[in-house]
Amino acid sequence: MYNFSYQKVSSVADAVDAIKKADDGKFVAGGQTMLPTMKHRLASPSDVIDLGGIDELKGISVDGDTVTIGAMTTHAEVAASSDVQGTIPALANLAGNIGDPAVRNRGTIGGSIANNDPAADYPAAVIGLGATIKTNKREISGDEFFTGMFETALEDDEVITAVLFPKAEASAYMKFENPASRYAIVGVFVAKSGDIVKVGVTGATACAHRGLRLEKALNGNFAAEAVDEVEIPVEKMNSDIHASAEYRAHLVKVMTKRAVEACS
Amino acid sequence: MQTVSMNVNGEPKSGEVEDRTLLVEFLREQLRLTGTHVGCDTSQCGACVVHVNGVSVKSCTMLAVQADGGDVTTIEGLANNGELHPMQQAFKDNHGLQCGFCTPGMVMSAIDIVNRNGSDVDEATVRKELEGNICRCTGYHNIVKAVHAGAKNMGG
Repeated sequence: MYNFSYQKVSSVADAVDAIKKADDGKFVAGGQTMLPTMKHRLASPSDVIDLGGIDELKGISVDGDTVTIGAMTTHAEVAASSDVQGTIPALANLAGNIGDPAVRNRGTIGGSIANNDPAADYPAAVIGLGATIKTNKREISGDEFFTGMFETALEDDEVITAVLFPKAEASAYMKFENPASRYAIVGVFVAKSGDIVKVGVTGATACAHRGLRLEKALNGNFAAEAVDEVEIPVEKMNSDIHASAEYRAHLVKVMTKRAVEACS
Repeated sequence: MQTVSMNVNGEPKSGEVEDRTLLVEFLREQLRLTGTHVGCDTSQCGACVVHVNGVSVKSCTMLAVQADGGDVTTIEGLANNGELHPMQQAFKDNHGLQCGFCTPGMVMSAIDIVNRNGSDVDEATVRKELEGNICRCTGYHNIVKAVHAGAKNMGG
């Protein structure tokens, strides 16, 4: 790992100030992706600004039908939260299946979303539940946040402060995981409220996206068999040593069916 | 360079580190606590697991400066006056190791599992929660047995 200048800040304002002064600065949240990336020399920021000391970014609260999760809340905290378990159990379950226990003790929701790994779990929930990403500058809808592989709508000096998840009547997340890394080869988050069904798909394409064709089929008939006739465009699917594009397209439907079944 | 201070196995320790120094490097190379191992250095294998502020972390994926002011427990901090921690004793009694390289991380993760799930943790949970610790010798059966025995002993 190339050397860098480390700075721990205690407020969002200080974080923004620090990154503006840095030559090529980067925020670190839990560091579970960023440190390995830096060790591989795929990233070599001049300054690393640690958000871990900012108390205002931590914690979980429920207000009516909205669960607000501070950006620096760890996966372990989300998984163990009775508030999240009671309001959106699928979200607690998702957090409890990211990586392994030691990674979940450090990794954070804000870090996961800002990094936008194509195989990360949280983006599927952000899209499936129609979450809102709150930053120090504005609120961004989940549908507009993920813009490409490792690309988001965030500006360089923009910090995620919290993610607001509206409660769904029923929701479920199913992932076909890589047995070594536990990353999603394909993961599908299905949420149903009244007659409206939303589907967030991760692992399949360059970044998490809404499964609009799946939503259309499920809106008329919320049943696993409704997924059978949906055509998943193979040409947009990722293809790598873990799974071919054709296999991923198939998995999108299988995971969607399992999620729909788990909702009912 | 930065000065870091932390409680390691109950004793205050401090040292000068580069900003990029990993926690595991500080523990092994400066404090000479070489019980914590580096296996993969890519946060997969779990040989480097220690406890920071009471929870398990991969010390190869945390900077030393990030542990500044914290409480760190390594494998060396478990035994009490020469008496093995119940989890260490359980690994010994159940042949939970062969070459022993992964064992410090296994024991630290095992204690974390019991801390979170209680002493009557079931086998499926133990197997699932050991997913971040890789052993290339045992095939895991005796490790799982050891974690169960250790869990019972920890529960008194």
